[in-house]
Amino acid sequence: MIPGKFEYFAPSSVKEAIGLLDRYGEDAKILAGGQSLIPAMRFRLAQPEILVDINRIEGLDYIRELDDYLAIGAMTREASLEKSALISQRYPLLADTAKVIADPLVRNMATVGGNLAHADPANDHPATMLAYDATLVAEGPDGDTIIGIDDFFLGLFETSLAKDQILKEIRLPKPGPGSGGAYLKIERKVGDYAVVGVAIQLTVENGTVTAARIGLTNVAGAPMRAKNAEAALIGNAPTGDILEKAGQAAAAECEPWSDLRGSEEYKRDMVRIVTKRAIRKAVERVGA
Amino acid sequence: MSITESDKDVRITTPADVCGMGHRMKRKEDPRFIQGAGHYVDDIKLPGMLYLDIVRSPHAHAKILNIDASAALALPGVLAVITGQDLKAAGNLHMMPTLMSDTQMVLPIEKVVYYAQEVCAVVATSRYIAADAVELVKVDYEPLPAVVDPFQALKDEVIVREDKEKKSNHVWHWETGNKDATDEVFSRSSKVVKQKMHIPRIHVSSIETCGMVADWDKINEHMTIYMTSQAPHAHRTVVSLVSGIPEHKIRVISPDIGGGFGGKVPVYPGYVCTIVASLVTGKPVKWIEDRSENLQADSFARDYHIDAELAADANGKITGLRVKTLADDGAADAAANPSKFPAGLYSIGTGSYDMEAAHFEVDAAYTTKPPGGVAYRCSFRVTEAVHMIERMTDIMAHDLGQDPAEFRMKNFIKKEQFPYHSPTGWDYDSGDYHRALRLAMDLIGYEDLRKEQAEKRQRGELMGIGISSFTEIVGAGPSKDFDILGIKMFDSCEIRIHPTGSAIVRIGVQTQGQGHETTFAQIVAEELGLPASAITVEHGDTDTAPYGLGTYASRSTPTAGAAAAVAARKIRDKARKIAAYLLEANEEDLEWDVNKFMVKGSPTRAKTIQEIAFAAYTNFPQGMEAGMEAVNYYDPPNLTFPFGSYICVVDIDKGTGEVKVRRFVAVDDCGNIINPLIVEGQIHGGLTMGLAPALFEEIVYDENGQNLSGTFMDYLLPTSMETPKWELGKTVTPSPHHPIGAKGVGESPTVGAPPAIANAVVDALWHLGVRHLEIPITPPKIWKILRDNGIDED
Repeated sequence: MIPGKFEYFAPSSVKEAIGLLDRYGEDAKILAGGQSLIPAMRFRLAQPEILVDINRIEGLDYIRELDDYLAIGAMTREASLEKSALISQRYPLLADTAKVIADPLVRNMATVGGNLAHADPANDHPATMLAYDATLVAEGPDGDTIIGIDDFFLGLFETSLAKDQILKEIRLPKPGPGSGGAYLKIERKVGDYAVVGVAIQLTVENGTVTAARIGLTNVAGAPMRAKNAEAALIGNAPTGDILEKAGQAAAAECEPWSDLRGSEEYKRDMVRIVTKRAIRKAVERVGA
Repeated sequence: MSITESDKDVRITTPADVCGMGHRMKRKEDPRFIQGAGHYVDDIKLPGMLYLDIVRSPHAHAKILNIDASAALALPGVLAVITGQDLKAAGNLHMMPTLMSDTQMVLPIEKVVYYAQEVCAVVATSRYIAADAVELVKVDYEPLPAVVDPFQALKDEVIVREDKEKKSNHVWHWETGNKDATDEVFSRSSKVVKQKMHIPRIHVSSIETCGMVADWDKINEHMTIYMTSQAPHAHRTVVSLVSGIPEHKIRVISPDIGGGFGGKVPVYPGYVCTIVASLVTGKPVKWIEDRSENLQADSFARDYHIDAELAADANGKITGLRVKTLADDGAADAAANPSKFPAGLYSIGTGSYDMEAAHFEVDAAYTTKPPGGVAYRCSFRVTEAVHMIERMTDIMAHDLGQDPAEFRMKNFIKKEQFPYHSPTGWDYDSGDYHRALRLAMDLIGYEDLRKEQAEKRQRGELMGIGISSFTEIVGAGPSKDFDILGIKMFDSCEIRIHPTGSAIVRIGVQTQGQGHETTFAQIVAEELGLPASAITVEHGDTDTAPYGLGTYASRSTPTAGAAAAVAARKIRDKARKIAAYLLEANEEDLEWDVNKFMVKGSPTRAKTIQEIAFAAYTNFPQGMEAGMEAVNYYDPPNLTFPFGSYICVVDIDKGTGEVKVRRFVAVDDCGNIINPLIVEGQIHGGLTMGLAPALFEEIVYDENGQNLSGTFMDYLLPTSMETPKWELGKTVTPSPHHPIGAKGVGESPTVGAPPAIANAVVDALWHLGVRHLEIPITPPKIWKILRDNGIDED
């Protein structure tokens, strides 16, 4: 459990960090909370030559509701999300998510930005941010770039970030009238990666679902939206039949594999069950 | 403490300031543990210390074609790479005996026989350099077919141990009970139930992994070994026999141990490599395995494939039990059972039930998996036995349409039948099984729960109630039957009272969290009236502690605990003589009262133990030896048989197949209780370790013998979040033969809990035609049953 050799940098500004990424290219790896990278290094599954530790860069750890959106600094710890009254009152999908990531000790260190930028479909934030239709702000040598979440995940551990770009901020739309959300995760034990996870954010007007986005965790090679399930919901009242249809659509469109967490068949069925339950919970919250 | 716990039956004879048996004394060791001041093997740092790390096999079965250590040796700071060839040249140290008269590779020469097997050892000036050097050792393998399934192994298509004369994977055959009588009983019994079951391979997963610091002093030719050992004296003897170093030149120190659970009884290849490395370099060498090494290569537990049959007469009275079992030993029989018992005390499997006859047959097979299996908090294979009999009892009750509690009550050995001679030859010392089950039923509200279950089933909800009424067998053991490597399984205690009335107590057993520093002080306080707070308990250093076989199999209280009481009574005998001298009275005119001898009928004429202790050094009768000390090596006349009844209530999520343990009541009877607080702590931990294999833990291999659960990401140790609130109750049925009437308790909950949970889940699904589910009962297993029966969430 001892990592291989690496050179360590602790820049104090984003600009300095970008300079290091620029200089070392593929050999460099950003260390944020270390939730994924540190275990991978200790198992020697990852052996980066250069570690750029961005924990000493100030001003990347905040939760602010602005006029148009909620802004979350990329280095915001999961524990901060968990403890934030603003998040628990107005962003229940995000609050649900933060509570089920790893365990409390890891959440003290783990960051929202790291969870997203690692682009692991087993991580919980990708599904949540897909459901929120989040917008990401990244800084590179040429300044800031705005990236829509639908354009962010390219594959397993792959994002549209360039090698010299750093994810700085995550922006979530402010909740409108009739909106509600939920994240539900089945795990074998607390702290486990999801067997399946379903994130949903929807809007209900006069009893009809007018908008819905659903993200799925750990049931495809990359973070994915359940677009057919969304379509099954939109324009309909969230009745039992419609929920079942949405659940079945999500189960059909995901791409799970058999492993110690269960067979492909089991996981698909769990996507169906959990999708239904998550929608039900989100709808309940619209009323609340 | 939960509301159901009650100390009303706990015997207390000393006041709080003495704090003898029965007092809820807080653990004396806790201040150092709570404040992070425990001292473990990895805390030991010696001047000039080197570090050892191990190159491990990526294959379960492969020929070793070549080991090229040149790149590793070229790394600055690397001093040596030790291979099997080197060990062979050093005096055939490449092989070592296991505790079961089998042999095991230390380091291989021809081939590896399990995934993560030790291939060679790297010695370097720092832990980091050693870890880097491991990556640089180039080993060429020619993969051979793995054999993972023991039934497949018995076909002998792939021979695991080609080094053995017998070219077969069959290791041993063992039988007990009476075959003819059992067959006869089965032939005339009207009801027979049969069930195959697998008790899966699991791992002790102590929080502290294994490790050692070996320090060879070449000037004095003396070896000091700090190691994670549950049995320091036995390990000293083994080291002496294997290495040839005279035993008086070896000192084994087992400092604070972060959990053992049986996993720190075997001798692992890493220990031998560390000792050799220190001998070769003349420097202290440290080896600490990491979590994955511990999970992947150290001795596993369980892995019994059981085929059981239970017979009953037309009235539902159990008549006989017939059990065939295949034990998967992995690549060597590296269990740590007493020599005469290759399947441990598995023949306790007739359990709490009175029956005419029983017969057990066990065979063992080699497979290309890590060696074992250790007795993981199971008193030598009692977990397997209890799971088998408690599952069989439940199947029989359900099949007969009888309530499982009623069925057990009808079949229990009755209180008046003790001492009870079992069909497999054990003499149960004492018990009151009806009382324990009745108490458990009252605490949980059994009858109401059955009503609730019936109502819920009408509504299509899945709720189950499971019972386990186990009998344990602990305290190995009487010298006529019990030895390890020929050393009889007595244990020991030495007590020395200081002039000012405090004392040091040294014991042959070794705590790994059991609280010996507290409980042994309480035993001596009980016997001598010295305050437990004035008694230091020492153990784990072979230079100072008396010889003993160590702590495992719940044996510390039954053996060394008895030794402590007997040694204290020897001191009391001498104290009586001194008191008689001081009081100018006849010895027979004195009587003992808590902490003093007084003249009968004249309580003011008395001498306290403190006064007597002072006199033992300052004013003792002419001709008497000075001082006040005693030692006892206790050879128990019998084992002790703790028991209990556990009841578990589960609810099943019809959508996901998840099991929620809603309630769990555990009534334990471990005879007289030394410290209820410590007993309850042991039971809480043990129940959690029983929950684990029932619902979570299993070491899984793929068909190539690769371990798929080699980290805590996939080996699912339950956390507090998965653990239900344990509700405890107790009855007290003293052991008639133990000096303080105590039995062991540490393993009862681990042994008793899994079938209670499994029985509850099966009970919830019985109406769907489910008779048995293999543990761990994971959600996918239940999900399949539900969907196959057309059950979905509402």
